[in-house]
Amino acid sequence: MSLSKIKFDKKIVLSFWIILIALIIAAPTILPVFRLNLLGRYLSLSIVALGVDLIWGYTGLLSLGQGIFFALGGYCAAMYLQITSSSEFPNNIPEFFALYGVEKLPFFWEPFRSPVFTFFAIWIIPALVAGLIGFLVFRNRIKGVYFSILTQASLLVFFNFFNGQQKLINGTNGLKTDVTQLFGQMVGSESMQRIFFWITAILVIAAWFFAKWVVKGRFGNILIGIRDDEPRVRFTGYNPVIFKTIIFSIAGGLAGISGALYTVQSGIVSPQFMTVPFSIEMVIWVAVGGRATLLGAILGAVFINYAKSLVSEALPASWMFIQGGLFILVVTALPEGVLGWIQGDGPRNLLQRFGLKRKIETYPSLEVNNKEGNNE
Amino acid sequence: MNNKDLLNLIDITVSFEGFLALNKLNLNLKKGELRAVIGPNGAGKTTFLDVITGKVKPTNGEVIFKGKSLVGRKEHKIARLGVGRKFQSPRIFENLTVKENLEISVTTPKSPLNLINKSIKDEQLNEIDRLMKIVNLAQKVDSKAGSLSHGQKQWLEIAMLVGQKPDLMLVDEPVAGLTDEETDLTADLLKSLSGENTVVVIDHDMEFIRRLDSNVSVLNQGTVLCEGTMETIQKDKKVIDVYLGRPED
Repeated sequence: MSLSKIKFDKKIVLSFWIILIALIIAAPTILPVFRLNLLGRYLSLSIVALGVDLIWGYTGLLSLGQGIFFALGGYCAAMYLQITSSSEFPNNIPEFFALYGVEKLPFFWEPFRSPVFTFFAIWIIPALVAGLIGFLVFRNRIKGVYFSILTQASLLVFFNFFNGQQKLINGTNGLKTDVTQLFGQMVGSESMQRIFFWITAILVIAAWFFAKWVVKGRFGNILIGIRDDEPRVRFTGYNPVIFKTIIFSIAGGLAGISGALYTVQSGIVSPQFMTVPFSIEMVIWVAVGGRATLLGAILGAVFINYAKSLVSEALPASWMFIQGGLFILVVTALPEGVLGWIQGDGPRNLLQRFGLKRKIETYPSLEVNNKEGNNE
Repeated sequence: MNNKDLLNLIDITVSFEGFLALNKLNLNLKKGELRAVIGPNGAGKTTFLDVITGKVKPTNGEVIFKGKSLVGRKEHKIARLGVGRKFQSPRIFENLTVKENLEISVTTPKSPLNLINKSIKDEQLNEIDRLMKIVNLAQKVDSKAGSLSHGQKQWLEIAMLVGQKPDLMLVDEPVAGLTDEETDLTADLLKSLSGENTVVVIDHDMEFIRRLDSNVSVLNQGTVLCEGTMETIQKDKKVIDVYLGRPED
């Protein structure tokens, strides 16, 4: 990597930080609560996108089932909120149980009375489920498109299970959180939503640092090695199964946190979180933002979703076309995503094409120009 | 089989749906030996390496390395026991720098916890410096491995192999696509590695094999046709028939 490129990266990162911090500080005062709430939701989605970037961008595992872990985190949070707010309902259990004639709380709800348990469950349960699925799949050396299909199939299994269990978790209706109470306040209230926005913003930054820590250094290099040439990693004495299980589990945990934050800000968790299109969208955010950049995942998730809501308000029903077009554009013209394109000297090349900028002729630029054979 | 042997292949048979890639192959390697393996295309040279490194499980037969059987072990376990392999076309991690490639190879223990928790040890950094000097890549430390020339990639992979500190090095066509000068340097490098390490070199290039000045095993149709020095091999009638060529057909 040439010196100029390192400086360039630093400039991007620094300006990103300034914009981000300014936005977070300013957002609650300048944005109306409705918009603030939307921004908070999209920021929480960027955490699941970070996980997708870790497993797909870095390790080459294209999971189409991240919705499983996202929804699990959401359900954990919602179960806690429902159960702590159920004192005025019959049998002291959440209201919906009465609809199905359930009088006793199902056993797995019990631990969710504890806020401490819930705090850990939100990320540990999805991480464990991901670890288990991952281990079984990776141990059998299932990879590539078979892995993608398998994760999508798992997603459908989970979707159908959650959708059908009215007596356990209210089935297709999902669990509402906005009318529940937390610390004596209504979760859906304006002041609570503000707090959730702050928490989300802080957690996005924390998740970003965490992901950076994971991919920096030798651990991250092994992940890249697995993506580019897994047998070679194996013959060097590393066991890719363990590395892949760990990173898939981490992505699952991040998805869980993301799902919980999304749930409390959208007011409901339902099996809709486990539909096929939603999990594919997560992949699109990362593809558009830029694979293996981390920052690209965050920006992709926030901007695409914000664009989605703005476009849907102005031109209902046109969003699907735009999203599809965006994806085609990225696949055909910007295979490294928007951020990857910027980092790869894309803007300068574009300006050159229009004759606006003189070609740089320094030696380092010749060296980094070897793009052949990278990335499959 | 005797105690000085590092590796014994006993009656190895590999059958791919009836096709015998290896047919009762027997081969013994002494500690510190340099051995060249040659043979026509399809003789089973690469399958022979696949069996040792665990990529292919033999249908029959036994692989004994340092007194332990390798059959049925996973590739990474065999690598940790001390079997290193260099592939036919250079297989390095193109998106990582030269240094990062070497870090992957010299790091021990190769567990996720060690990799994520601790920074690389000083002696390992010294080892990387030493290796980069040996293969003339010291100026390319921070270049992406993908930007190296073909010869440099071959050498980087050899350096990665050495960095793994294997007792047995399996080197598959190390000089394919190299210039004559690079070929000579590679031959010298491999010769200098033997003695301390046991090295098996597979190649087609007769000049290169001659320069290695080692014992040669000739493979044909999945079995060892003949073993001996280059001179014996070249005089052997069977070898001349199947490999060195005599106008026929």
